Amino acid sequence: MTLHDVTSPATRPSRRTLLKGAAAGLVVGFHLPAAKALAQGAAPAAAVPEINAWVVIRPDDTVVLRMARSEMGQGTRTGLAQLIAEELHCDWSKIVTEYVTPGQSLARNRAWGNFQTAGSQGIRQSQDYVRRGGATARVMLINAAAAQWQATPEHCVAKEGVVTHRPTGRTLRYGQIAEAASKQLVPQTVALKDPSAWTVIGTSKPRLDTADKTTGKLIYGSDLKMPGMLLAAVQQCPVFGGKVKSFDASKVKDMPGVRHVLQAGDNTVCVVGDTWWQAKTALDALPVEWDYGPNRNVSSETIAAMLREGLTASEAFVGNTQGDAKAAIAGAARKVEATYGYPFQNHAPMEPMNATVVWTPTRCDVWCPTQNGEAALAAAAAAAGLPQTACEVHRVDLGGGFGRRTTHDWLTQAVLIAKQVPGVPIKMLWSREEDMVQGRYHPVTMCKMTAGLDAQGNLTGLHVRISGQSILSYVFPNALQNGRDPVTFQGLNPTGAEGQFGYTIPNLLVDHAMRNTHVPPHFWRGVNHNQNAIYVECFMDELAHAAGQDPLAFRRKLMANHPKHLAVLNAVAERIGWDKPAPAGVFRGLAQQMGFGSYVAAAAEVSVDAAGKLKMHRIVAATDCGVAVNPRQIEMQVEGSFSYGLSALLHGECTVKDGAIVETNFDTYNVLRIDEMPKVETIVMPSGGFWGGVGEPTIMVAAPAVLNAIFAATGKRIRQVPIKDQDLKRA
Amino acid sequence: MAKLNVNGAVMEVTAHPDTPLLWVLREQIGLTGTKYGCGVAQCGACTVHIDGQAVRACSVPLSAVNDTQMIVTIEGLSPNGMHPVQVAWRELDVPQCGYCQSGMIMAAAALLADKKNPTDADIDAAMTNICRCGTYNRVRAGIKQAAQTRQG
Repeated sequence: MTLHDVTSPATRPSRRTLLKGAAAGLVVGFHLPAAKALAQGAAPAAAVPEINAWVVIRPDDTVVLRMARSEMGQGTRTGLAQLIAEELHCDWSKIVTEYVTPGQSLARNRAWGNFQTAGSQGIRQSQDYVRRGGATARVMLINAAAAQWQATPEHCVAKEGVVTHRPTGRTLRYGQIAEAASKQLVPQTVALKDPSAWTVIGTSKPRLDTADKTTGKLIYGSDLKMPGMLLAAVQQCPVFGGKVKSFDASKVKDMPGVRHVLQAGDNTVCVVGDTWWQAKTALDALPVEWDYGPNRNVSSETIAAMLREGLTASEAFVGNTQGDAKAAIAGAARKVEATYGYPFQNHAPMEPMNATVVWTPTRCDVWCPTQNGEAALAAAAAAAGLPQTACEVHRVDLGGGFGRRTTHDWLTQAVLIAKQVPGVPIKMLWSREEDMVQGRYHPVTMCKMTAGLDAQGNLTGLHVRISGQSILSYVFPNALQNGRDPVTFQGLNPTGAEGQFGYTIPNLLVDHAMRNTHVPPHFWRGVNHNQNAIYVECFMDELAHAAGQDPLAFRRKLMANHPKHLAVLNAVAERIGWDKPAPAGVFRGLAQQMGFGSYVAAAAEVSVDAAGKLKMHRIVAATDCGVAVNPRQIEMQVEGSFSYGLSALLHGECTVKDGAIVETNFDTYNVLRIDEMPKVETIVMPSGGFWGGVGEPTIMVAAPAVLNAIFAATGKRIRQVPIKDQDLKRA
Repeated sequence: MAKLNVNGAVMEVTAHPDTPLLWVLREQIGLTGTKYGCGVAQCGACTVHIDGQAVRACSVPLSAVNDTQMIVTIEGLSPNGMHPVQVAWRELDVPQCGYCQSGMIMAAAALLADKKNPTDADIDAAMTNICRCGTYNRVRAGIKQAAQTRQG
């Protein structure tokens, strides 16, 4: 470690003065409840009157609903508030929300359950216990009012934050009885409302957090300010697995604003300065020599060659099997074969990775945008060299996540920097360039699809051979099943909420030749569904054309045992007018998939002009997520899923040269803009009885629906994502 | 030392003349509503107005501006957030994560100041800001709604 310290101890604020400053309101633009509570030595979890872990009601009737999941634009905050409010019977206009911290949760035996905000699970996997939290609080409030009136609770009702004693008409506001309610016995069982009685769930409540996003007032992690704070700019070895060999701090240490030039871990150089711009300017001038490690010769070409070998390798992990696919295909009247591919892609959230850390030998506090507070706490503690009980993670809203902020390499880095400047708040912010080349990428795969058709054009056998990366191998190797990565098979599984295959094929084999690279893959909005849905849904389109059948009719024959899959497909076909001609020059494509607990389908209308320019006119989506908590939020997530998925289809590709990612900013890693965004029509069709996710499912069908429409328009099969460099002129 | 007129107030800032206006606004003046997204004028998260024109503050050096030019940031677009674009944005729940929205709103406000009734083609040409959450269709609807409000 090299540390050039040009800060005198006298200018370093101690943690004590820092926190005193915060309590005295000296912190400009820094008004997080967690920070205030920390400063005052009282955690919000101990605030009075807390009815239970989820609900605090202040004397002025403000209803504070606690959030364990993070808000990154997907509307979870509003949806979870609706779930609690449905049972709490509070006044919606009095609701505010606050994040609980993972440290508080740890101290209270994980009172708030899972913090993970990924996999479209924020609502569906916490709906039961947050509704119970609301119902329990309501019962305690009613019991407290009844006790005050010496009345029977059964004679009292709660509505809009007021308890009424029906026989006498007396009323008490929640704020008046919250203190007493907090001392009531906690009911051991509470009944949840029947869905037919819901008045909040199923309504399009406006988001609770919109206003501050229209005035610039919302404070993101990258906006945090603290007294005495210094700013850190970093560069990690551009080749994954490489290390810092040496750097010459003397060349930059006298540049304006530079305080420290240091190394974090074995792979990162860092300049700490008075401002981020000064730190970044010095970092750009810092001479660094890297030890690139063993992966300097890896390129997109070598990776493609490795994946191609896997397409026909004899060993592969099986994901789904029925009958004997290989024999059925070998004996089929007609064999159809196609090879598809999907590249590395960066999540590219608009807010680059960042974290603010104050480290002392006995305590580490972190402020950061994270999709998983508990994982952030574990990462911070490990890097800090302190027990989790001596650390805390204070969450701020995310400037986008999409999966990138479920892992905390950047937080580890920030803590390792702050550790070298004890007691001083350090805000580390990545440049866009760093964010692009130090991503955790959409996994790279290829897929060989092989099918057998009988003389009547019926599909008798299908072999889906995936070759490529396994996310779990990198992220949770302990979750591998004898080496097999079950997440690879999303959407292709025989059963299960995370992706049940929607077709019944007498002979089916889905298998995975795992081929990992040094480029780290990660969960990326839609995850493995993104490529799996392209592989299956585009190939289904190919098979329909090979059999001389309509793509919708061809699918329907295979979907009789999958009524929910079929229902959403039928819904989009009807809305787009599949049985009627498209407008002149416009062509259509379909796709369906099930994942993240929900059933989705899309129908796209596109045109391709004589020069090969694609225009996506309109895309219709249908979603059966079981229960639709907030239909407008679902529409926004569907639009967002199309935007993200079509961006991936049109433009998304990170290439590898000399072991490093080539694309360093939005000029070379282009993304979809407003002029390319199609009109979106959303059909929300909850069939009830289950809870599915909505943040990701629609992304699964975005690309295949458009690719199938491109084929209809041009006669060309595009089998490699993205399409940006491919010739779409009519074949 | 340089003098700037930001949101109607003249202020002195001390920064290297090469420092991008974005970082002067965020780090010297403390106005963090203007966001860093790319640093190369690609994404528009840092859009502010200079004399009414939408510009990308990450690519304007401090040396290129002076106190004769009116710089307006999201914080100064309107008192109390009541610019028609901001109102429309709230009515339609346009933002998702919100990080790009300061830039979107500033670009939309400049467009509407220039064209009272922008067409879809006008919107496509003016609104080249990047949103990763997928608010584009609501941004388009918000601009049209704001245009109606201004004329109503």
